[in-house]
Amino acid sequence: MAKVVLKLEDDVSTDVIYPGRYMATVLPSETPKYAFADHAVFNEKLNQGKIPAGSILVAGLNFGCGSSREQAASCLQGHGLIVLAKSFSRIFMQNAVNVGLRVAVVSELEAKEGDELELAPNRVTNRTSSRDFAIQVLPKAYREIMEGGGLIAHARKKLLERTHRTS
Amino acid sequence: MGMTLAEKILAQSAGVQHVTEGDVLEAKVDLAMSHENAALVINQFMDIYQGTDLKPNVWDPDRIAIVFDHRVPAESSKTATNQKKVRGFVEQQGIKKFHDVRGDRGGICHQILPEFGYVHPGQLVVGTDSHTTTHGALGALAFGIGATEMASVWALGTLRVEVPKSIFVNIYGHCPPGIYAKDIILNLIGKISSQGANFRVLEFHGEAIDAMSTSGRMTLCNMAVEAGATAGMVQGDKETVNYLIGHAGLESIDVDFPMADYDAVYTERIDINASTLSPQIAVPHAVDHVCPIHDVEGIRIDQVVIGSCTNGRIDDLAVAAHTMRNRHVAKNVRVLVFPASWKIYREAMDRGYLDALTNAGAVIMNPGCGCCLGVHQGALADGETALSTTNRNFKGRMGNPNAEVYLCSPAVAAASALKGYITDPRNN
Repeated sequence: MAKVVLKLEDDVSTDVIYPGRYMATVLPSETPKYAFADHAVFNEKLNQGKIPAGSILVAGLNFGCGSSREQAASCLQGHGLIVLAKSFSRIFMQNAVNVGLRVAVVSELEAKEGDELELAPNRVTNRTSSRDFAIQVLPKAYREIMEGGGLIAHARKKLLERTHRTS
Repeated sequence: MGMTLAEKILAQSAGVQHVTEGDVLEAKVDLAMSHENAALVINQFMDIYQGTDLKPNVWDPDRIAIVFDHRVPAESSKTATNQKKVRGFVEQQGIKKFHDVRGDRGGICHQILPEFGYVHPGQLVVGTDSHTTTHGALGALAFGIGATEMASVWALGTLRVEVPKSIFVNIYGHCPPGIYAKDIILNLIGKISSQGANFRVLEFHGEAIDAMSTSGRMTLCNMAVEAGATAGMVQGDKETVNYLIGHAGLESIDVDFPMADYDAVYTERIDINASTLSPQIAVPHAVDHVCPIHDVEGIRIDQVVIGSCTNGRIDDLAVAAHTMRNRHVAKNVRVLVFPASWKIYREAMDRGYLDALTNAGAVIMNPGCGCCLGVHQGALADGETALSTTNRNFKGRMGNPNAEVYLCSPAVAAASALKGYITDPRNN
């Protein structure tokens, strides 16, 4: 069971998730500090460790639209957050899968801040409202990378396979 | 069943006869572009080789382009250190398509790639920047990817792609005076919303596109991503050949460009009549909050930004210079001009545009992205309003979440700079 710690509207851009002025910071070990930097209250809670890993952000349509900056995914991953949205922007979704940020498309989801949710592989149960919502199945290409521990491990495996084939 | 332009290119890149939406392919990349965020790509690239006994060498240094543009010259020691790290990598890997902070060959990545003849019709182009869609203007399939994805491309030379659906966008009629590519794309985004083309390609057709310069097509495709599109595309044609030979300086080009089949299947068709458009404005804080200029005329502005990868080409600067020549920027308004490249900067200087603009009170900045995304120069104060020819107006975009950004064409920006409030350029 995990708590909804932030409820967001549609079209949350990567400028909101990770403001451009912190883009010179690139390493996944350093980006979490600036997650939602312009949302001072939430950012402070994150940095003070008041939000346990496994907590949930609930967003509307098109979460992560805008810039391709991977910091927007790595900063949330660093805090161990899970993002449930009605839909994601293409680049953000791919980045999330690549860096191991847990995301799921739940197009009908109804939840508010403070609600307790239970996540199963293909369904979310809102324990507060006692309602179930289906998780959309991700394309196979995404699942392969997620199950293989992210894109770095996946690319390493492919690289080794190719090298062995040619040698 | 026929194929769309994007499908044609993906089939070719994956070495198969036919593809259809939803197919997952391993496609060969023709050109892989990064900017300062190459610093993160390098980090992830090295990580891929961890624990293997392989030497970390990129798959093909001639297919990698790196352009410094986001924070030039470096605004902080952190950026300077990142740039230094990238320079070292470029040197060590033998990457020749490298554009440092230089007046002879520098500029914004999305201008540099076409300007130096790196992008051709039919290519698969990826970049660690969402506005990589710009290169669809030359008939390439071009889109943004994240840094780790790019690290994987550097290692493998291929990319896992799911074939996207395409939307047929027909722009008919002709742009009347005062109406530009920017107005067309803003109108389209307003119509279909910021997610209207999510996971899809916008394929542009119609007589207004046929008559449009490569510069205008770049403006269109640049902002395709603001409708959520994977890519925006215009088929290569005579204009593309003229651009590549006349402007980019190629000696010759194979004109056997891939074209969409007449029986290609599109998920949707959208028609826009360019002849009846008025200047379009995107109001804060979303690019799809679009209205005709009439609805927002008179709104006071503190800063005007003309330029960027969206609208910083010579024709854009010409419009601004003609509007502002022998006139003066309104009191308490700051006008910042960002040519898209140093080549354009020098051409604008030769043509007297920079003289006209500075005499009117504008400040000419060095080519770069910094102001648009609020990372380097031109930040806004609390409560201030900017009118900008750039591509995004998200909350916090120009460096301050308590400021507002309106988006428009260079004609609207220049006319409004003179008045100090949003003004219809057709009344000037």
